[in-house]
Amino acid sequence: MQFGLNEEQEMIVSTVRSFVENEIYPHEDLVDRTGEVPEEVAEEIKRKTIELGFYACNFPEEVGGAGLSHLEFALVERELGRGSMALNHFFGRPQNILMACEGEQKERYLFPAVRGERTDALAMTEPGAGSDVRGMKCSAVRDCGDWVVNGTKHFISGADHADFIIVFVATGEDQTPRGPKKRITTFLVDRGTPGFTIRDGYKSVSHRGYKNMVLEFDDCRLPDAQVLGEVDGGFAVMNEWLYATRITVATMCVGRARRAFDYALDYAAQRHQFGQPIGKFQGIGFQIADMITEIDAADLLTLAAAERLDRGLPANREIASAKLYASEMLARVTDAAIQVHGGMGLMDDYPLERFWRDARVERIWDGTSEIQRHIISRDLLRPLGA
Amino acid sequence: MKVLVPVKRVIDYNVKVRVKADGSGVDLANVKMSMNPFDEIAVEEAIRLREAGKADEVVAVSIGVKQAQETLRTALAMGADRAILVVAADDVHTDIEPLAVAKILKAIVEEEAPGIVLCGKQAIDNDMNATGQMLSALLGWSQAAFASDLDIDGDHAVVTREVDGGLQTIKVTLPTIVTVDLRLNEPRYASLPNIMKAKKKPMDEKTPADYGVDVTPRLEIISTAEPEARAAGVIVGSVDELVEKLKEVGAV
Ligand SMILES: Cc1cc2nc3c(=O)[nH]c(=O)nc-3n(C[C@H](O)[C@H](O)[C@H](O)COP(=O)(O)OP(=O)(O)OC[C@H]3O[C@@H](n4cnc5c(N)ncnc54)[C@H](O)[C@@H]3O)c2cc1C
Repeated sequence: MQFGLNEEQEMIVSTVRSFVENEIYPHEDLVDRTGEVPEEVAEEIKRKTIELGFYACNFPEEVGGAGLSHLEFALVERELGRGSMALNHFFGRPQNILMACEGEQKERYLFPAVRGERTDALAMTEPGAGSDVRGMKCSAVRDCGDWVVNGTKHFISGADHADFIIVFVATGEDQTPRGPKKRITTFLVDRGTPGFTIRDGYKSVSHRGYKNMVLEFDDCRLPDAQVLGEVDGGFAVMNEWLYATRITVATMCVGRARRAFDYALDYAAQRHQFGQPIGKFQGIGFQIADMITEIDAADLLTLAAAERLDRGLPANREIASAKLYASEMLARVTDAAIQVHGGMGLMDDYPLERFWRDARVERIWDGTSEIQRHIISRDLLRPLGA
Repeated sequence: MKVLVPVKRVIDYNVKVRVKADGSGVDLANVKMSMNPFDEIAVEEAIRLREAGKADEVVAVSIGVKQAQETLRTALAMGADRAILVVAADDVHTDIEPLAVAKILKAIVEEEAPGIVLCGKQAIDNDMNATGQMLSALLGWSQAAFASDLDIDGDHAVVTREVDGGLQTIKVTLPTIVTVDLRLNEPRYASLPNIMKAKKKPMDEKTPADYGVDVTPRLEIISTAEPEARAAGVIVGSVDELVEKLKEVGAV
């Protein structure tokens, strides 16, 4: 067992860290205040990411990516996590589910996405189906050899900028001993397809400027060529590829927590009350100690889960543990960072109130904390017949 | 033409420097180290010369502890072609003095025969601002210190220098030593493909003995002290009040 990064990994971390500090931090206040990323800023981040060879670095070399390991990619995202999600969205990392593209789909979706020419988003959630993905109502039926889709998706991140969306849709129902079970198929849907509209969603307290959108399908007609993976194989596609987004959440939480921690550590050393640095009061010093301990633990848990994937080991439970722990750790760390700063922590002179707001969604999206606990406990108990 | 770029591993410019308890120097144990920022500018300039077709090879050199290979790896990831590591100390707290560094560089220059040596104007750890100038003296080459602009034109270089009160443009004959200032360029990030390639680029490892140079220190550090802490400020409400306060402390 070996801890610590090799030289390349150190350089990857330091390059992405500098990139985030120089290209993302300076725009964060504006984006948080206005809820918008200026187009020229988005373009510049994207252009520089492509120039640096980091665009789509999660994809294998044979499709034009950089071929980073899961561990290395987790390091990239950890450093990106220090910065605004709205901005680092343009440090493009297309959904690796696009690796399921077959034949000419690769030319239309996979390769342009990896080159940064077309942007994707992913849609599962509906107003009536969140944690219970299988409860989805959005459905496609066969008609004259095509598929006709009807229904609504909401909370779809990045759909405002997307050229196409990877959409999960019900395509039938099986009767099982445990009741009816929906069959699900994955579709690639281009912006502008007749019967498909993307409209503004809700205003979120977390990650302002990283918009979530509502998708409406009204007799939207799609040919078979738009099916990603197998018909009725949506769950297989999900299970094969969607682990990645949970590692993303976990590792970004670690990055953001370290940034919040840096502020807290600095303030604990600089701020004087009762004639001494507040860090000398055990009440503050011990909070600092707890923060770094939890951050390091979350970091190791997450990197270890990513490394299991690199070794081809099952990692579902480990990834769920990492996502659960890192997102809950971030909530505690951002809260403590504000406590260390006292009243100033709540003022928008510091980014801490923003980190605190942003932290809230991490326990909800990509599977709530409850769902992660469900995954972990089922993974352990099911083999024991419980 | 070959460009030689000496790079130094120094305490990272973001780190809050702490003096060791015994005053013998700055505490470097467990502290983040990086390439001297001026040297990064020199590496960038060398790569630009190569990209502009004015140079064909960029060789980075570092003299210091073994860990300086990380610094060289960074130079390679930025785009340098190969590297020479001269391991001259075991302890990160041992600083090789400018004259010893210049002597080793002289020997390397004689071996490598570069058309130009691009160095940082100074290292941010000890601010000596001496190595480039000493190297020029030892080699008997021309020098242009504090460059904010550099152009190679045939057998000479045109260098704009940042001097007190303005800019001075001079023409020096090649081969030459140029030390670079802050405004010369903005160093690039290492690109991902270059980071991955860096490991495969050659890095020679040498010792001062290979060049017949004695690196025993000639300077003795008597004491090291932190700058005095700045006293807390006050916020004044108006210009009048400001003038009043300045008068109180005898500043005007
Ligand atoms: C800002 C934002 C962006 C998003 N982006 C996307 C996106 O790009 N694409 C996408 O498809 N989705 C996206 N989502 C959706 C996100 O994944 C869902 O919000 C999440 O899965 C939870 O679903 P829900 O909000 O409907 O909550 P619900 O599922 O209704 O849950 C409500 C509460 O009940 C709990 N609960 C539910 N079931 C159980 C159970 N079995 N056991 C115990 N407790 C349970 C939940 O944990 C939660 O506390 C986004 C959400 C947000 C907020």
